[in-house]
Amino acid sequence: MAVNTLTIDGKEIAIEAGKTILDAAKEAGVPIPTLCHMEGVHDVGACRLCIVEAEGTPKLLPACVTAATEGMVIHTQTEKLQNYRRMTVELIFAEGNHVCSICVANGNCELQDVAVDVGMDHSRFSYRFPDRGCDLSHSQFGIDHNRCIMCTRCVRVCDEVEGAHVWDVGSRGPDCFIVAGLDQPWGEVDACTSCGKCVDACPTGAIFHKGETTGEKEGDRGKMAFLTTAREKQEWTR
Amino acid sequence: MDKIKFATVWLAGCSGCHMSFLDLDEFLIELAGLVDVVFSPIGTDLKDYPEGVDVCLVEGAIANEENLELALEIRRKTKTLISFGDCAVTANVPAMRNMMGNKTAAPVLERAYIELADEKPHLPNAPGIVPELLDRVLPVHEVIPIDIFMPGCPPSADRIRATLEPLLQGKTPEMVGREMIKFG
Repeated sequence: MAVNTLTIDGKEIAIEAGKTILDAAKEAGVPIPTLCHMEGVHDVGACRLCIVEAEGTPKLLPACVTAATEGMVIHTQTEKLQNYRRMTVELIFAEGNHVCSICVANGNCELQDVAVDVGMDHSRFSYRFPDRGCDLSHSQFGIDHNRCIMCTRCVRVCDEVEGAHVWDVGSRGPDCFIVAGLDQPWGEVDACTSCGKCVDACPTGAIFHKGETTGEKEGDRGKMAFLTTAREKQEWTR
Repeated sequence: MDKIKFATVWLAGCSGCHMSFLDLDEFLIELAGLVDVVFSPIGTDLKDYPEGVDVCLVEGAIANEENLELALEIRRKTKTLISFGDCAVTANVPAMRNMMGNKTAAPVLERAYIELADEKPHLPNAPGIVPELLDRVLPVHEVIPIDIFMPGCPPSADRIRATLEPLLQGKTPEMVGREMIKFG
Protein backbone atom coordinates (compact mmCIF):
# COMPACT_ATOMS: atom_id res chain seq x y z
CA MET A 1 0.00 0.00 0.00
CA ALA A 2 1.45 3.34 -1.08
CA VAL A 3 1.51 5.93 1.66
CA ASN A 4 1.84 9.72 1.43
CA THR A 5 3.28 11.85 4.19
CA LEU A 6 2.11 15.42 4.66
CA THR A 7 1.90 18.15 7.30
CA ILE A 8 -1.40 19.61 8.51
CA ASP A 9 -1.22 22.56 10.91
CA GLY A 10 2.26 21.42 11.95
CA LYS A 11 1.26 17.80 12.52
CA GLU A 12 2.96 15.11 10.41
CA ILE A 13 0.57 12.54 9.07
CA ALA A 14 1.00 9.43 6.91
CA ILE A 15 -2.03 8.38 4.91
CA GLU A 16 -2.90 5.83 2.26
CA ALA A 17 -2.49 7.14 -1.32
CA GLY A 18 -5.77 8.25 -2.89
CA LYS A 19 -7.19 9.69 0.34
CA THR A 20 -8.21 13.35 0.53
CA ILE A 21 -6.84 16.19 2.65
CA LEU A 22 -10.05 15.99 4.70
CA ASP A 23 -9.40 12.27 5.38
CA ALA A 24 -5.86 13.11 6.43
CA ALA A 25 -7.01 15.94 8.70
CA LYS A 26 -9.48 13.58 10.37
CA GLU A 27 -6.70 11.05 10.88
CA ALA A 28 -4.53 13.79 12.41
CA GLY A 29 -7.37 14.99 14.64
CA VAL A 30 -7.48 18.41 12.98
CA PRO A 31 -11.09 19.66 12.72
CA ILE A 32 -12.12 21.25 9.39
CA PRO A 33 -15.69 22.60 9.10
CA THR A 34 -17.88 20.95 6.45
CA LEU A 35 -21.49 21.07 5.28
CA CYS A 36 -21.88 19.13 2.05
CA HIS A 37 -19.56 16.32 3.19
CA MET A 38 -21.27 13.27 4.63
CA GLU A 39 -19.73 9.93 5.56
CA GLY A 40 -21.17 7.18 3.38
CA VAL A 41 -21.50 9.08 0.10
CA HIS A 42 -18.93 10.54 -2.30
CA ASP A 43 -17.78 14.17 -2.01
CA VAL A 44 -18.63 16.97 -4.44
CA GLY A 45 -17.05 20.12 -2.95
CA ALA A 46 -20.30 22.07 -3.12
CA CYS A 47 -20.19 24.22 0.03
CA ARG A 48 -16.51 25.36 0.00
CA LEU A 49 -16.41 25.42 3.78
CA CYS A 50 -13.54 22.94 3.95
CA ILE A 51 -11.14 25.14 1.95
CA VAL A 52 -7.52 24.92 3.13
CA GLU A 53 -4.24 26.58 2.14
CA ALA A 54 -1.38 24.53 0.71
CA GLU A 55 2.11 26.04 0.70
CA GLY A 56 3.36 26.65 -2.83
CA THR A 57 -0.04 27.33 -4.38
CA PRO A 58 -2.05 30.57 -4.17
CA LYS A 59 -5.31 28.67 -4.71
CA LEU A 60 -7.54 27.68 -1.83
CA LEU A 61 -8.24 23.96 -2.02
CA PRO A 62 -11.45 22.20 -1.00
CA ALA A 63 -10.13 19.54 1.41
CA CYS A 64 -12.94 17.05 0.69
CA VAL A 65 -12.11 16.67 -3.02
CA THR A 66 -8.35 17.34 -3.08
CA ALA A 67 -6.03 14.34 -2.90
CA ALA A 68 -3.46 14.35 -0.11
CA THR A 69 -0.12 14.15 -1.88
CA GLU A 70 3.44 13.56 -0.70
CA GLY A 71 5.11 16.51 1.01
CA MET A 72 2.07 18.80 1.13
CA VAL A 73 2.15 21.46 3.84
CA ILE A 74 -1.44 22.34 4.71
CA HIS A 75 -2.84 25.12 6.88
CA THR A 76 -6.48 24.91 7.94
CA GLN A 77 -7.04 27.87 10.26
CA THR A 78 -5.29 30.93 8.79
CA GLU A 79 -6.96 34.33 9.11
CA LYS A 80 -7.63 34.33 5.37
CA LEU A 81 -9.45 31.00 5.56
CA GLN A 82 -11.47 32.04 8.60
CA ASN A 83 -12.56 35.20 6.76
CA TYR A 84 -13.58 33.26 3.68
CA ARG A 85 -15.43 30.62 5.69
CA ARG A 86 -17.45 33.22 7.55
CA MET A 87 -18.23 34.96 4.27
CA THR A 88 -19.32 31.63 2.75
CA VAL A 89 -21.72 30.96 5.61
CA GLU A 90 -23.11 34.50 5.45
CA LEU A 91 -23.69 34.08 1.71
CA ILE A 92 -25.53 30.80 2.28
CA PHE A 93 -27.81 32.53 4.80
CA ALA A 94 -28.32 35.52 2.50
CA GLU A 95 -29.05 33.34 -0.53
CA GLY A 96 -32.04 31.36 0.77
CA ASN A 97 -34.75 32.06 3.34
CA HIS A 98 -33.32 30.72 6.59
CA VAL A 99 -35.56 31.68 9.50
CA CYS A 100 -34.12 29.65 12.40
CA SER A 101 -36.78 30.61 14.91
CA ILE A 102 -39.58 28.87 13.02
CA CYS A 103 -37.59 26.02 11.44
CA VAL A 104 -38.14 22.32 12.13
CA ALA A 105 -34.37 21.90 12.51
CA ASN A 106 -33.82 24.75 14.99
CA GLY A 107 -31.29 23.48 17.53
CA ASN A 108 -30.33 20.52 15.37
CA CYS A 109 -29.14 22.17 12.18
CA GLU A 110 -25.67 21.90 10.70
CA LEU A 111 -25.94 25.33 9.05
CA GLN A 112 -26.84 26.90 12.39
CA ASP A 113 -23.93 25.06 14.06
CA VAL A 114 -21.46 26.13 11.42
CA ALA A 115 -22.59 29.77 11.77
CA VAL A 116 -21.63 29.57 15.45
CA ASP A 117 -18.31 27.89 14.56
CA VAL A 118 -17.28 30.60 12.10
CA GLY A 119 -18.37 33.35 14.50
CA MET A 120 -21.23 34.71 12.40
CA ASP A 121 -23.21 37.13 14.61
CA HIS A 122 -24.84 38.82 11.60
CA SER A 123 -24.73 38.78 7.80
CA ARG A 124 -22.84 41.57 6.05
CA PHE A 125 -24.65 40.66 2.84
CA SER A 126 -28.21 41.69 2.08
CA TYR A 127 -30.72 38.86 2.20
CA ARG A 128 -32.16 37.99 -1.21
CA PHE A 129 -35.56 36.70 -0.08
CA PRO A 130 -35.95 34.54 -3.18
CA ASP A 131 -39.36 33.27 -4.18
CA ARG A 132 -39.02 29.52 -3.60
CA GLY A 133 -41.70 26.95 -2.97
CA CYS A 134 -42.53 23.96 -0.83
CA ASP A 135 -43.51 20.50 -2.06
CA LEU A 136 -45.82 18.69 0.35
CA SER A 137 -47.16 16.17 -2.15
CA HIS A 138 -45.42 13.16 -0.54
CA SER A 139 -47.54 11.35 2.04
CA GLN A 140 -44.84 11.25 4.74
CA PHE A 141 -42.28 13.93 3.95
CA GLY A 142 -42.00 17.50 2.72
CA ILE A 143 -39.33 19.63 1.08
CA ASP A 144 -39.10 23.38 1.75
CA HIS A 145 -36.78 24.84 -0.87
CA ASN A 146 -36.43 28.04 1.18
CA ARG A 147 -34.20 26.16 3.63
CA CYS A 148 -32.14 24.30 1.01
CA ILE A 149 -28.42 25.10 0.78
CA MET A 150 -27.79 22.95 -2.33
CA CYS A 151 -25.36 20.63 -0.55
CA THR A 152 -26.87 17.78 -2.65
CA ARG A 153 -26.55 15.27 0.17
CA CYS A 154 -30.13 14.11 -0.54
CA VAL A 155 -29.27 13.63 -4.22
CA ARG A 156 -26.22 11.54 -3.39
CA VAL A 157 -27.74 9.46 -0.62
CA CYS A 158 -30.77 8.57 -2.73
CA ASP A 159 -28.56 7.58 -5.65
CA GLU A 160 -25.66 5.91 -3.88
CA VAL A 161 -27.14 4.37 -0.73
CA GLU A 162 -30.80 3.77 -1.57
CA GLY A 163 -30.22 3.33 -5.32
CA ALA A 164 -33.47 5.08 -6.23
CA HIS A 165 -32.11 8.37 -7.69
CA VAL A 166 -35.26 10.35 -7.04
CA TRP A 167 -33.42 13.66 -6.60
CA ASP A 168 -31.46 15.82 -8.99
CA VAL A 169 -30.43 19.44 -9.42
CA GLY A 170 -32.41 21.67 -11.75
CA SER A 171 -31.66 25.08 -13.28
CA ARG A 172 -28.47 27.18 -12.95
CA GLY A 173 -26.72 29.58 -10.57
CA PRO A 174 -28.85 31.14 -7.84
CA ASP A 175 -31.97 29.58 -9.39
CA CYS A 176 -30.67 26.05 -8.73
CA PHE A 177 -33.08 23.85 -6.87
CA ILE A 178 -33.56 20.20 -5.98
CA VAL A 179 -35.97 18.42 -8.32
CA ALA A 180 -37.87 15.20 -7.64
CA GLY A 181 -38.02 12.81 -10.60
CA LEU A 182 -38.31 14.74 -13.83
CA ASP A 183 -39.22 17.94 -11.93
CA GLN A 184 -42.48 16.38 -10.76
CA PRO A 185 -44.32 16.65 -7.44
CA TRP A 186 -42.40 14.37 -5.05
CA GLY A 187 -45.52 12.34 -4.26
CA GLU A 188 -45.90 11.39 -7.93
CA VAL A 189 -42.37 10.01 -8.35
CA ASP A 190 -42.70 6.19 -8.55
CA ALA A 191 -38.97 5.69 -7.95
CA CYS A 192 -39.27 7.00 -4.37
CA THR A 193 -39.26 4.13 -1.88
CA SER A 194 -40.22 6.44 1.02
CA CYS A 195 -37.11 5.25 2.89
CA GLY A 196 -36.52 8.66 4.46
CA LYS A 197 -32.74 8.68 3.98
CA CYS A 198 -32.88 12.14 2.38
CA VAL A 199 -34.62 13.42 5.52
CA ASP A 200 -31.77 12.15 7.68
CA ALA A 201 -29.10 13.31 5.25
CA CYS A 202 -30.41 16.90 5.01
CA PRO A 203 -28.19 19.18 7.12
CA THR A 204 -30.95 21.80 7.55
CA GLY A 205 -34.72 21.68 7.83
CA ALA A 206 -35.25 21.60 4.04
CA ILE A 207 -36.40 17.96 3.98
CA PHE A 208 -38.49 16.92 6.96
CA HIS A 209 -41.10 14.51 8.26
CA LYS A 210 -44.59 15.86 7.91
CA GLY A 211 -46.03 16.83 11.27
CA GLU A 212 -42.72 18.01 12.70
CA THR A 213 -42.93 21.56 14.01
CA THR A 214 -40.33 24.07 15.22
CA GLY A 215 -37.20 22.41 16.56
CA GLU A 216 -38.64 18.88 16.31
CA LYS A 217 -36.51 17.45 13.50
CA GLU A 218 -33.58 15.38 14.64
CA GLY A 219 -31.84 13.94 11.58
CA ASP A 220 -29.91 10.69 12.02
CA ARG A 221 -26.74 11.77 10.25
CA GLY A 222 -24.70 8.71 11.20
CA LYS A 223 -27.13 6.41 9.41
CA MET A 224 -25.52 6.63 5.95
CA ALA A 225 -22.02 5.86 7.25
CA PHE A 226 -23.49 2.94 9.23
CA LEU A 227 -25.28 1.55 6.18
CA THR A 228 -22.25 1.72 3.92
CA THR A 229 -19.96 0.15 6.53
CA ALA A 230 -22.58 -2.50 7.15
CA ARG A 231 -22.69 -3.39 3.48
CA GLU A 232 -18.95 -3.23 2.83
CA LYS A 233 -17.63 -4.75 6.08
CA GLN A 234 -20.67 -6.80 7.13
CA GLU A 235 -20.93 -4.92 10.43
CA TRP A 236 -24.64 -4.94 11.06
CA THR A 237 -24.80 -3.40 14.52
CA ARG A 238 -24.29 0.19 15.62
CA MET B 1 -19.24 58.58 38.15
CA ASP B 2 -22.51 59.28 36.40
CA LYS B 3 -24.80 56.35 35.96
CA ILE B 4 -24.93 54.75 32.51
CA LYS B 5 -27.82 56.10 30.47
CA PHE B 6 -29.64 52.96 29.32
CA ALA B 7 -32.46 52.61 26.79
CA THR B 8 -34.37 49.90 24.93
CA VAL B 9 -36.49 50.36 21.82
CA TRP B 10 -39.07 48.13 20.19
CA LEU B 11 -39.29 48.21 16.39
CA ALA B 12 -40.85 45.48 14.21
CA GLY B 13 -40.72 42.49 16.56
CA CYS B 14 -43.04 40.56 18.83
CA SER B 15 -41.66 42.03 22.11
CA GLY B 16 -40.37 38.56 22.99
CA CYS B 17 -36.84 39.96 23.40
CA HIS B 18 -38.15 42.48 25.91
CA MET B 19 -39.98 39.65 27.70
CA SER B 20 -36.70 37.74 27.81
CA PHE B 21 -35.09 40.89 29.23
CA LEU B 22 -37.64 40.74 32.06
CA ASP B 23 -36.49 37.14 32.63
CA LEU B 24 -33.29 38.67 34.04
CA ASP B 25 -35.25 38.51 37.32
CA GLU B 26 -33.18 39.66 40.32
CA PHE B 27 -30.39 40.96 38.07
CA LEU B 28 -32.87 43.67 37.07
CA ILE B 29 -32.60 45.06 40.60
CA GLU B 30 -28.80 45.11 40.34
CA LEU B 31 -29.07 46.69 36.89
CA ALA B 32 -31.47 49.35 38.15
CA GLY B 33 -28.78 50.40 40.62
CA LEU B 34 -26.16 50.77 37.88
CA VAL B 35 -28.08 52.49 35.10
CA ASP B 36 -30.57 55.26 34.51
CA VAL B 37 -33.36 53.90 32.32
CA VAL B 38 -33.98 56.89 30.07
CA PHE B 39 -36.25 55.32 27.41
CA SER B 40 -37.92 51.90 27.21
CA PRO B 41 -41.36 50.46 26.44
CA ILE B 42 -41.05 48.34 29.59
CA GLY B 43 -39.07 50.73 31.80
CA THR B 44 -40.35 54.26 31.34
CA ASP B 45 -43.38 56.09 30.06
CA LEU B 46 -41.37 58.64 28.06
CA LYS B 47 -42.35 59.22 24.44
CA ASP B 48 -39.25 61.07 23.20
CA TYR B 49 -35.84 59.46 22.89
CA PRO B 50 -33.36 61.65 24.84
CA GLU B 51 -29.89 62.89 23.87
CA GLY B 52 -26.66 61.32 25.15
CA VAL B 53 -27.75 57.69 25.68
CA ASP B 54 -24.84 55.36 26.47
CA VAL B 55 -26.29 51.90 25.70
CA CYS B 56 -29.44 50.96 23.83
CA LEU B 57 -30.95 47.54 23.06
CA VAL B 58 -32.80 47.61 19.73
CA GLU B 59 -35.45 44.93 19.31
CA GLY B 60 -37.12 44.35 15.96
CA ALA B 61 -36.54 44.88 12.27
CA ILE B 62 -37.13 47.99 10.18
CA ALA B 63 -40.56 47.44 8.63
CA ASN B 64 -42.30 50.83 8.48
CA GLU B 65 -41.58 54.57 8.32
CA GLU B 66 -41.82 54.97 12.09
CA ASN B 67 -39.22 52.21 12.65
CA LEU B 68 -36.91 53.89 10.16
CA GLU B 69 -37.30 57.33 11.71
CA LEU B 70 -36.68 56.04 15.24
CA ALA B 71 -33.66 54.01 14.08
CA LEU B 72 -32.04 57.10 12.58
CA GLU B 73 -32.81 59.09 15.72
CA ILE B 74 -31.38 56.56 18.18
CA ARG B 75 -28.20 56.28 16.12
CA ARG B 76 -27.67 60.04 16.37
CA LYS B 77 -28.27 60.05 20.12
CA THR B 78 -26.62 56.80 21.30
CA LYS B 79 -23.02 55.70 21.91
CA THR B 80 -23.42 51.90 21.84
CA LEU B 81 -26.26 50.34 19.88
CA ILE B 82 -26.98 46.64 20.30
CA SER B 83 -29.02 44.72 17.73
CA PHE B 84 -31.16 42.80 20.18
CA GLY B 85 -32.51 39.49 18.89
CA ASP B 86 -33.01 37.86 15.49
CA CYS B 87 -35.50 40.42 14.14
CA ALA B 88 -32.98 43.22 14.60
CA VAL B 89 -30.06 41.07 13.41
CA THR B 90 -31.60 39.18 10.46
CA ALA B 91 -35.08 40.77 10.06
CA ASN B 92 -36.37 37.25 10.89
CA VAL B 93 -40.13 36.59 10.81
CA PRO B 94 -41.24 40.17 9.99
CA ALA B 95 -39.14 39.91 6.81
CA MET B 96 -40.94 36.80 5.58
CA ARG B 97 -43.26 39.17 3.74
CA ASN B 98 -40.27 40.08 1.56
CA MET B 99 -40.67 36.64 -0.04
CA MET B 100 -44.03 37.82 -1.42
CA GLY B 101 -42.19 40.44 -3.46
CA ASN B 102 -39.20 42.65 -2.77
CA LYS B 103 -40.43 45.68 -4.67
CA THR B 104 -43.43 46.92 -2.68
CA ALA B 105 -45.46 46.08 0.42
CA ALA B 106 -48.64 45.87 -1.66
CA PRO B 107 -48.82 42.04 -1.88
CA VAL B 108 -48.73 41.55 1.91
CA LEU B 109 -51.32 44.27 2.51
CA GLU B 110 -53.60 42.82 -0.15
CA ARG B 111 -53.22 39.34 1.29
CA ALA B 112 -54.03 40.45 4.83
CA TYR B 113 -56.71 43.08 4.29
CA ILE B 114 -58.39 42.01 1.03
CA GLU B 115 -57.94 38.28 0.36
CA LEU B 116 -58.30 37.16 3.98
CA ALA B 117 -60.87 39.72 5.04
CA ASP B 118 -64.14 38.28 6.38
CA GLU B 119 -66.15 41.39 5.68
CA LYS B 120 -65.59 44.86 4.22
CA PRO B 121 -62.21 44.25 2.63
CA HIS B 122 -60.22 47.48 2.39
CA LEU B 123 -56.62 48.61 2.75
CA PRO B 124 -55.76 50.61 5.89
CA ASN B 125 -55.26 54.26 5.01
CA ALA B 126 -54.70 56.85 7.74
CA PRO B 127 -51.91 59.18 6.66
CA GLY B 128 -50.01 60.60 9.62
CA ILE B 129 -51.52 58.08 12.04
CA VAL B 130 -50.73 54.58 10.79
CA PRO B 131 -47.10 54.49 9.61
CA GLU B 132 -46.68 53.36 6.00
CA LEU B 133 -44.95 50.01 5.46
CA LEU B 134 -41.56 50.16 3.77
CA ASP B 135 -41.18 48.29 0.49
CA ARG B 136 -39.13 45.62 2.23
CA VAL B 137 -38.28 44.73 5.81
CA LEU B 138 -34.60 45.21 6.69
CA PRO B 139 -32.24 44.16 9.49
CA VAL B 140 -31.34 47.22 11.59
CA HIS B 141 -27.67 47.24 10.49
CA GLU B 142 -28.74 47.77 6.87
CA VAL B 143 -30.13 51.14 7.92
CA ILE B 144 -27.75 52.37 10.64
CA PRO B 145 -24.32 51.21 11.89
CA ILE B 146 -24.60 48.74 14.79
CA ASP B 147 -21.94 48.21 17.46
CA ILE B 148 -22.86 44.81 18.91
CA PHE B 149 -24.99 41.97 17.54
CA MET B 150 -26.93 39.76 19.95
CA PRO B 151 -28.83 37.10 17.95
CA GLY B 152 -31.47 34.76 19.36
CA CYS B 153 -35.23 34.39 19.12
CA PRO B 154 -35.34 35.53 21.80
CA PRO B 155 -31.82 35.81 23.25
CA SER B 156 -31.94 34.06 26.63
CA ALA B 157 -31.72 36.10 29.83
CA ASP B 158 -28.25 34.59 30.37
CA ARG B 159 -27.12 35.83 26.97
CA ILE B 160 -28.54 39.30 27.65
CA ARG B 161 -26.77 39.43 31.01
CA ALA B 162 -23.47 38.20 29.53
CA THR B 163 -23.71 40.98 26.93
CA LEU B 164 -24.65 43.77 29.34
CA GLU B 165 -22.31 42.99 32.25
CA PRO B 166 -19.04 43.78 30.41
CA LEU B 167 -20.61 46.97 29.01
CA LEU B 168 -21.46 48.13 32.52
CA GLN B 169 -17.76 47.81 33.35
CA GLY B 170 -16.77 49.75 30.24
CA LYS B 171 -15.64 46.62 28.36
CA THR B 172 -16.79 45.12 25.07
CA PRO B 173 -18.60 41.76 25.35
CA GLU B 174 -17.20 38.83 23.38
CA MET B 175 -19.94 37.63 21.07
CA VAL B 176 -18.60 34.15 20.28
CA GLY B 177 -19.74 30.58 20.88
CA ARG B 178 -23.10 28.83 20.97
CA GLU B 179 -24.20 30.48 24.21
CA MET B 180 -23.78 33.96 22.71
CA ILE B 181 -24.55 33.87 18.97
CA LYS B 182 -26.72 30.88 18.03
CA PHE B 183 -29.59 32.10 15.87
CA GLY B 184 -33.15 30.98 16.58
